[in-house]
Amino acid sequence: MNDNRIENAFKNCAKKNRAALVTFITAGYPNLKTSQQILDTLPKAGADIIELGMPFSDPMADGPTIEAAGHKALAGGHNTLKTLEMVTAFRKKDKSTPIILMGYYNPIYVFGVEKFLKAAKKAGVDGLIIVDLPSEEDDELCLPAIKHDINFIRLTTPTTDDNRLPKVLKNSSGFVYYVSMTGITGTAISNFEKVGDAVRRLKSHTDLPIAVGFGIKTAKDAAQVAKFADGVVVGSALIKALDNSLQNGNITKNSIGAVHDLVRDLAKGIASIKK
Amino acid sequence: MDKSKPNSLKNGPDENGNFGNFGGRFVAETLMPLILELENEYENAKKDPLYKAELAKLNKDYTGRPSPLYFAERLTKELDGAKIYFKREELNHTGSHKVNNCLGQILLAKRMGRTRIIAETGAGQHGVATATVCARFGLECVVYMGATDVERQAPNVFRMKLLGAKVIPVTAGAGTLKDAMNEALRDWVTNVDDTYYLIGTAAGPHPYPAMVRDFQSIIGEELREQFLEKEENLPDAIVACIGGGSNAIGIFHPFLDDVEVKLFGAEAGGYGIEVENGHAASMTGGKPGVLHGNRTYLLQDDDGQILEGHSISAGLDYPGVGPEHSFLKDSGRVTYAPITDKEALEAFQLCTKLEGIIPALESAHGLAQVIKIAPTMDKSQTIVLNLSGRGDKDVETVSKLLSSKDFGDKNAGEEL
Ligand SMILES: Cc1ncc(COP(=O)(O)O)c(C=O)c1O
Repeated sequence: MNDNRIENAFKNCAKKNRAALVTFITAGYPNLKTSQQILDTLPKAGADIIELGMPFSDPMADGPTIEAAGHKALAGGHNTLKTLEMVTAFRKKDKSTPIILMGYYNPIYVFGVEKFLKAAKKAGVDGLIIVDLPSEEDDELCLPAIKHDINFIRLTTPTTDDNRLPKVLKNSSGFVYYVSMTGITGTAISNFEKVGDAVRRLKSHTDLPIAVGFGIKTAKDAAQVAKFADGVVVGSALIKALDNSLQNGNITKNSIGAVHDLVRDLAKGIASIKK
Repeated sequence: MDKSKPNSLKNGPDENGNFGNFGGRFVAETLMPLILELENEYENAKKDPLYKAELAKLNKDYTGRPSPLYFAERLTKELDGAKIYFKREELNHTGSHKVNNCLGQILLAKRMGRTRIIAETGAGQHGVATATVCARFGLECVVYMGATDVERQAPNVFRMKLLGAKVIPVTAGAGTLKDAMNEALRDWVTNVDDTYYLIGTAAGPHPYPAMVRDFQSIIGEELREQFLEKEENLPDAIVACIGGGSNAIGIFHPFLDDVEVKLFGAEAGGYGIEVENGHAASMTGGKPGVLHGNRTYLLQDDDGQILEGHSISAGLDYPGVGPEHSFLKDSGRVTYAPITDKEALEAFQLCTKLEGIIPALESAHGLAQVIKIAPTMDKSQTIVLNLSGRGDKDVETVSKLLSSKDFGDKNAGEEL
């Protein structure tokens, strides 16, 4: 084992003959304290890798669920620095679960790329997924991140054809995130077979693990995707579960449990597929 | 583009879509292949004489180009300074400069075999122009418009519907142009196969800023010819309002290397540039950031969250600006300054009374800038305003504002 948490997480899952469960939550939602509690307990509930969403005012690739969560976090005073502090707090207790920050470029650009990367590394961030930085803009953050030993995880999509893939994969590390559909987060997958074909096509281009995200809501969905993917990403469904547990926007004693229940369910679904 | 002049301000963008430090292609991977395809198709179209001929014909017979250059005699007398001319884009079919861009892009969409057209709109002028060209070419049209703007630009909403477009109100954020653009991008990322995104201003990911500029440059090209004919030299100053910056870059661009021609961009100063989140002057009051596919000046907070801003004018109520303007600001070639809601409304009334022309509230910002600088200029000097649109769409809003005595004060709350 080396010290790359992302690599290790996928290796551990492979040893257990199953795919990895990658869970997305929005940092600072529904409030900082609850969000930290959810983050801290996700691994115990069954998350292998955590994507922590950095709220942005204009999340162009997200549907209403994640957008609203981000806006609520921002309204509560959340910001980039607080997201990093959440990771620092998490790392005090958990040295092995990888954390990937997912978001949009502007808050990082305004924070200052070098300053951000230093702070992220120090906090214990393992990777970045930045939606609006295609490979054409690698000089902005991808290459600097690699210098700081932070994985830059690339999104590939149904529109990324074989000609383009090598360019997209070139500076990718950690894993490759296949976006299951053309669309925004929160939409349902309509054709799992097509997604499977796409993942097999991707595998012929890279040895990196492939995680599939967008549109995976239930344990059954997760199991379907686990048949062909190395990782299964669930986001909107977890935020929705949390939303449904709130009363007048406030957390209840069931809120954290509602997220845990779904995570456990998803983990079971994934474990039911032996690889 | 003149590559033989290495120092020309007209050389941008570079092959990655950058104008100096601004521009670029900050889009989700899903859209990246689409904008590369668009860039390629646009490069081909530019070299295709048939494409150019078809566009020229439509500009002439459908839009009514060239738009006249009009000497505003009574306004000139009133202001007692430079001679004032209007480049009358408001006389174009559909009532603004927006149609210049829509015709260019709709022909591209047709070349690319796209059957469904989407657009964002603020004032509704771009929405109307898009709905119009879609009707003309028999293409499906969906227009995203902020819910606030749907209300304050109601006549244009009705026009779009008559033209067969589907208008989708966007309630996110302040319900203005930024939110409409987010929603249009979400639509595009979902419907990649059949959909063409017809962006209405010189912003967004490369190649849009360059492409929209090229289509709008017909304004400045005509102006140069018309002005030389009337005055036998170039104007001393050109003024345009700045929303995303398409009418302004269209009239500025052909003059960028004529340094004796001073260029002024009027930004939306709202309640005043000192009022936090009370204006939409992204260059005067913002800082560089990345939104909607490009790096440019943006209104944002210290965390890089985009602010909503405010303007009386729906078409200027956008927290960003096209990247070429950001470049021209930093280079010092163009002077950008804010015009408040109040100043714009006064200019709106003055123009209507003295010249019998009701300007769009957007264009009234440019006019207010003219009112500021014309009196400081010599009578032998000349100034041209890009009268980008007509104000029919605004009369209801203006009549409400004029009857509200607290108008222009943020704390009093606008009764829009
Ligand atoms: C008449 C008119 N002028 C100007 C604008 C601002 O856009 P731009 O800065 O792209 O010209 C608009 C936008 O709606 C408009 O309708």
